[in-house]
Amino acid sequence: MSLLRIRNLSVDFATTGGSFRAVDQVDMDVGPGDVQAIVGESGSGKSVSMLATMGLLPWTATVTADEMTFDGHDLRRLTPRARRRIVGKDLAMIFQEPMSSLNPCFTVGFQVKEALRIHLGLGRADRNARALELFDQVGIPAPEKRLNAFPHQLSGGMNQRVMIAIAIACRPKLLIADEPTTALDVTIQAQILDLLLRLRDETGMALILITHDMGVVAETAQRVAVHYAGQKVEEQPVGPLFASPHHPYTAALLAALPERATERRLPAIPGVVPGQFDRPRGCLFSPRCRYADDKCRTVPPPPLGPDLGFARCHYPLNTDERLAS
Amino acid sequence: MTAPVAVASGLTRHYSVKEGLFSKPQTVRALSDLDFTLHPGKTLAVVGESGCGKSTLARLVTMIEPPTSGALELGGKPATPDRWADLRGAVQIVFQDPYGSLNPRQRIGQILSEPLKINRPDMKAADREARAREMLELVGLRPEHYDRYPHMFSGGQRQRIAIGRALMMNPAVLVLDEPVSALDVSIQSAILNLLLDLQEKLDLAYLFISHDLSVVRHIADDIIVMYLGRAIETGTKAQVFAHPMHPYAKALLSATPQADPGGKRNRIKLEGELPSPLADLPGCPFAPRCWKTQDKCRTDRPPLMGDTHRAACWFPE
Repeated sequence: MSLLRIRNLSVDFATTGGSFRAVDQVDMDVGPGDVQAIVGESGSGKSVSMLATMGLLPWTATVTADEMTFDGHDLRRLTPRARRRIVGKDLAMIFQEPMSSLNPCFTVGFQVKEALRIHLGLGRADRNARALELFDQVGIPAPEKRLNAFPHQLSGGMNQRVMIAIAIACRPKLLIADEPTTALDVTIQAQILDLLLRLRDETGMALILITHDMGVVAETAQRVAVHYAGQKVEEQPVGPLFASPHHPYTAALLAALPERATERRLPAIPGVVPGQFDRPRGCLFSPRCRYADDKCRTVPPPPLGPDLGFARCHYPLNTDERLAS
Repeated sequence: MTAPVAVASGLTRHYSVKEGLFSKPQTVRALSDLDFTLHPGKTLAVVGESGCGKSTLARLVTMIEPPTSGALELGGKPATPDRWADLRGAVQIVFQDPYGSLNPRQRIGQILSEPLKINRPDMKAADREARAREMLELVGLRPEHYDRYPHMFSGGQRQRIAIGRALMMNPAVLVLDEPVSALDVSIQSAILNLLLDLQEKLDLAYLFISHDLSVVRHIADDIIVMYLGRAIETGTKAQVFAHPMHPYAKALLSATPQADPGGKRNRIKLEGELPSPLADLPGCPFAPRCWKTQDKCRTDRPPLMGDTHRAACWFPE
């Protein structure tokens, strides 16, 4: 039984130039204790799909889905009041920019305790004790002093930890981390990722990690979904994805990593992600794909089977093993 | 070996900050005692975390600010503030964020020819335009881009424009301040290839400032690892990556995630964060976070030791 189950999720934004599809027919299954990564370049819809799950999109967005359930709740039909009881408690999110997500007018202690007061109804003393415990858990030194600090008095790494403390305050069943370490230095990044994985081991929460850093994915995730221009183009467990990607985009993305380079010149992907007005008719990756032919340019490929990583491709790569077995 | 294009010795920059109205001003030691030599056609990478003085170094080398002490030599001439105007053409910079570094009201042609307009006032407008069009091609853009505005370009193309603008003055040294960290992976590789091509074609010296070790490993020839304004390890790329001598360099390498899901590595976990740059610790700046710290580390500051591969540590690996 999966904790989060999404079928055929699409998000359209009403813009002055017409409707823009930011997320296109995305499926997702996350079970308790899973670490699911979503990777993709900017504009691939990875954050928007998760914001849609959280119900945090502005009114210009139209969210459609065949199914969107979290822990037995139908997220599509939830009243705002019912949603507020879940979001922040069982379903929590860490946002990318800690400096702009925290309220500069309140101390970080207040912001942590706010979640405890609203969702758990703890008394003042209990809230304080729990906030101290949380700060300790996320590795903030001298928590008694830091509770009374304002966000601008803390460093980026400390603020990100405060964000994590707020997100895990009510022991969520699912934590969505949107680029939790992008703004941080590598040594701090290592600390934060260790912390998230430790929390998963301790509380059994599921983790969805949105990132563009393939290194972070390789070291933390179990399953990886690759998004491109709003679509999920491939999904595989982390090992097979790096070893034998099926979609040409995944393969090109991995080949472009400097650390995987075999020559001085890196294999680059020509062109850019399609925008609102130049969305291709067929496969969205076809204008940039080495293998594309006329079929790719005219017929959108449906997702293939699980043994081919649900790749949206007419000519998937690395299929030999499947034929052999 | 060819003559170096830039030599820095004992480069230091301190800033004085006031915490309150009546408090004594304190000194931030942003950069202390840095030496390096840049050769044409070579890339010197400066790596370190935020607050280690990388950007201060960029400001000193590009002559935006004078050093508090120490000397910088460009092409054999000392770069003192009275000579800056003459030497600026020799050192140009590419900034991290191509969305912030291009004027949205200028067309690409104007952006590219502005350095010439300012520094070569006697040049004819037609010559400037010819040079700008030449540059457009050199950095991999099309001639029709000449009359467009920055907002019509993607991040990767903008970074190409920024690189083109930096090259308009025929510099010998290009300071690249995190040139690819704002770009997506697929674009990043194209820009790195462009930088390699340009370096071969124009024999440029790069001062490549980055926190991304996988990019540095790909592009650098020599490396300086910095911590709290000081060089703590210097050496060739092969030396530093194969045998990091300083514990901080070792920790930094081990903390960098690698795109290899099977590979098991011993990650060294560093505790705590950078100490405040206001505090002038008598000993090794890394001592409070180091796992090998002994009494000597806290009292005596280690100098850079070694011949080609040097580390500032009393107990190197």
